[in-house]
Amino acid sequence: MVNFTLSDEQKALQELARDFAQKEIKPIAAEYDESEKHPQHIIDKAYELGLMNLSIPEEYGGGGLGYFENCLVGEELAAACSGISTIPMASSLATTPLCLAGTPEQLKKYLAPFCAGPSIAAFCLTEPGAGSDAGSVTTTAELKGDTYVLNGRKCFITNGGISKLYTVFASTDRSKGLKGLSAFIVPADLPGVSAGKKENKMGQRASTTTDMIFEDVEVPAANLLGKEGEGFKLAMMTLDSARAAMASAAVGVARSAMEIAANYMKERVQFGKPIAVQQGLQFMLADMAIKIEGARLLAWQAAWMSDNKMRMSYQAAIAKCYAGDIAMQVTTDAVQILGGYGYMKDYPIEKLMRDAKLMQIYEGTNQIQRVVISRTLLQ
Amino acid sequence: MANVLTIAEQRKGELRRISFELIGAAREIANSTGGTVASVLLGSNVTGLAATLGHYGADTVYVAEHADLDMYSAEGYTRVIAEIIRQKQPDVVILGGSALGKDLGGRLSAKLGIALASDCINFKVVDNGRIMVKRPIYGGRILANVTFKSNPQMFALRPNIIKPMDQDTGRACSVEKIAADPGPIRARTVEIKEKAAGKKELTEADVVVSGGRGLKGPEHFKMLDDLADVLGGAVGASRAVVDAGWIGHDQQVGQTGKVVNPTLYIAAGISGAIQHLAGMTSSKVIVAINKDADAPIFKVADYGIVDDLFAIVPVLTEELAKIKA
Amino acid sequence: MNIAVLLKQVPDTEARLKIRDGSVDHTDVKMVPNPFDEFAVEEAIRIREKSGSGQVTIYCLGQEKAKEAVKWAFSVGADQGFLLKDPAFDNSDLLGAAKVLAAALKKEHYDLILCGKQAVDDDAGQVAQAVAELLDLPHVGTVHKMELSEDKKSVVCYRDFEGGVEVVQSSLPAVISAEKGLNEVRYASLKGIMAAKKKSLVEMDLAALGLSAADIGAAGAQLEIRGLEMPPVRAAGKIIDGASPQEKVANLVKLLREEAKVI
Repeated sequence: MVNFTLSDEQKALQELARDFAQKEIKPIAAEYDESEKHPQHIIDKAYELGLMNLSIPEEYGGGGLGYFENCLVGEELAAACSGISTIPMASSLATTPLCLAGTPEQLKKYLAPFCAGPSIAAFCLTEPGAGSDAGSVTTTAELKGDTYVLNGRKCFITNGGISKLYTVFASTDRSKGLKGLSAFIVPADLPGVSAGKKENKMGQRASTTTDMIFEDVEVPAANLLGKEGEGFKLAMMTLDSARAAMASAAVGVARSAMEIAANYMKERVQFGKPIAVQQGLQFMLADMAIKIEGARLLAWQAAWMSDNKMRMSYQAAIAKCYAGDIAMQVTTDAVQILGGYGYMKDYPIEKLMRDAKLMQIYEGTNQIQRVVISRTLLQ
Repeated sequence: MANVLTIAEQRKGELRRISFELIGAAREIANSTGGTVASVLLGSNVTGLAATLGHYGADTVYVAEHADLDMYSAEGYTRVIAEIIRQKQPDVVILGGSALGKDLGGRLSAKLGIALASDCINFKVVDNGRIMVKRPIYGGRILANVTFKSNPQMFALRPNIIKPMDQDTGRACSVEKIAADPGPIRARTVEIKEKAAGKKELTEADVVVSGGRGLKGPEHFKMLDDLADVLGGAVGASRAVVDAGWIGHDQQVGQTGKVVNPTLYIAAGISGAIQHLAGMTSSKVIVAINKDADAPIFKVADYGIVDDLFAIVPVLTEELAKIKA
Repeated sequence: MNIAVLLKQVPDTEARLKIRDGSVDHTDVKMVPNPFDEFAVEEAIRIREKSGSGQVTIYCLGQEKAKEAVKWAFSVGADQGFLLKDPAFDNSDLLGAAKVLAAALKKEHYDLILCGKQAVDDDAGQVAQAVAELLDLPHVGTVHKMELSEDKKSVVCYRDFEGGVEVVQSSLPAVISAEKGLNEVRYASLKGIMAAKKKSLVEMDLAALGLSAADIGAAGAQLEIRGLEMPPVRAAGKIIDGASPQEKVANLVKLLREEAKVI
């Protein structure tokens, strides 16, 4: 039966993540949002504390925990800065296909060294012509002897240019569309792998987003994950599991926004009283809480199902879609509650609104999520 | 009738002000119950200081001299004072809430098997010479009124709570020398590193000027030093700037720092987090200077200026210098 | 080196407290390891790491919930712990608590006993001194820096006093209480959290410590709390007017002289 309490270890992990996030990430969030610098020292420290690679098996150097623990940690890190928390989250997105389909040889060769240090990885699927329409990928992988030669250009790649490993989805048979997609482990140091310029984003600006260019990159055939044509399925399975963690990140952002709004309401005095006495604002706050509580539980459920090896595309889509949408609503309302001050960069709330917007777009737009959900209902 | 014994403190041959505060407190208790006030003075070659304790209200001074008592040591002082208490059987014992008193109290309590109520901010005599003390708990967020089942009733008084009586050089007291054996001392002070001359101790200062994040950088504490100098006060800081390394932790005012109760507390660029307030709300008058009108410090300040502290503080220093001149 | 650390679980300093039936209500209040004790735990672990051998043992006087605090200590590196738990221990005054702790500590030999300078709930700051006296050991209190000798037989400690810093040398074993600034407490790590599960946490009760109930707990308490009150609320005062900084300062100084009479 269902048990909503956390184990002692889960509570301790959550406390560790919260402590670390509040003490190390929160104080620098505004600065890194402004400068778009990459916070490698945070990644290094998070790695030291065991907060990276949580759901990679212990035998390869990971934490050996589940997506549920990813959610606990993800919410805390994102509550401090979702730009910074997206770095390990996107890295996890890239290593998940290896965990799902990698052979012991592949894992020993690539995953173990990866986990031996504070490394970062990137998931490369999106292209200028292939966003929601993943089947239109034009990056090709041509088999020549025992090498696949990769050619193509990916865009909007989180952790582009700063990763040790790229998980690249390329077409081994353009005529088959989606069913022609294959997944490859591409080490960053292979000749022909390069990153484009860093994108200047609306939000989550501490996270590095670039194009990734693959020019005649010779990838050993042994780096194919699974079989040719299984790439799309692998990508979808990966995104399903990741969506729970992403939903938790959105919950973290929304939670921070609500806390800022609540504190402000207690301190701001107008008409001789704190604005917290205004029922209109109280109701806004209550609605924020309702959404946050709901989104958190949806994320937890999706993660739990993934950890218990159940099919959960439906729950994952609901969790990611709802959490992303409410994060946008909650942060927007929080800016509203802070009024003029909410609009000023001096106050931390406008950043949250800018950060939240991406959560309705990446890892599958919320429209695609709705496609997944309605398709399940109508089959 | 309550006979009260106080623990005097001397350093380098000079009596510390807390000694007189404790005698003042003891006098209140003794006078209202028809009892006497005695003071214990430890050191080497300190008999000459005894008369001064009499000037401030002690009826008797017990002097215990020994080379090993020259510098305070927990073991030495505990042994000697415990023996005096056993011999003289006072009804009430008062220690100072000073560094020495805080170090000594717990040891004395365990040696005599009697409870100690520490950091008291108030006391009163209730039914028949029994004492009720008031002490802050939970960082000062709650006050507890406490009485004693033990004898003697022992408590420590926070500095700067009681004003010493006016010194009356005509007032005599009896001086009794007590044979003192400090015994083996295993924890010994080997060196004293004195603060820069003129730098006042926060917990005993009458005026405290504190700075917080609003100062924008450690170099701006100089501005507060100047203001404190004009007022003859000490400089304190919020936890935020201590954690940021702008100033030493020995100047932190707050729940995990020092508790101060000056007559005047000026907070510049401090927002007023609960933990900071815990360290200074017993100040008599609080002045807050902060450019954020919503800063919580304004809720407890008697006088507040909503303005840039860089504009206000130098002007304030100048104005006060003119008056003092 | 075998090091013992005294650890207390206390309400978080940011928690909202309520008075109910003459005592402080802890329900729904977040409980945390005493911040000053955390410095002690960290120092003990550093000493053990530097010396390459030995154990750090936690002693915690508390109720079931206090196990969380001991588990935290395990997760940052403490090796084992004792929870001193018995209804007879409840509501001890400082001396009673010291007696319980001393009785437990006496059962083993420790080269060093560390604890925080005070607990942020009772703020009494006497446990280190009282335990030292009961165990007939020297103590050094409110230490912000400590250096063990090469032969581990003595320690040099630095502590503040009004007027500067005192350097105190003590033989070991000794009881030392930690002041803020002694060190920076490390984060737990995932490894540490998982390892904490397997570390030994043994409960000790009245019988195990061979104490008499009359001496400790509520029965033995010599201090009686007759009432709790909230400190007088400082009402907000006035915000000083003025068209310029000069004018505001002039108004402030006038009020401080004539109204508050503090200068």
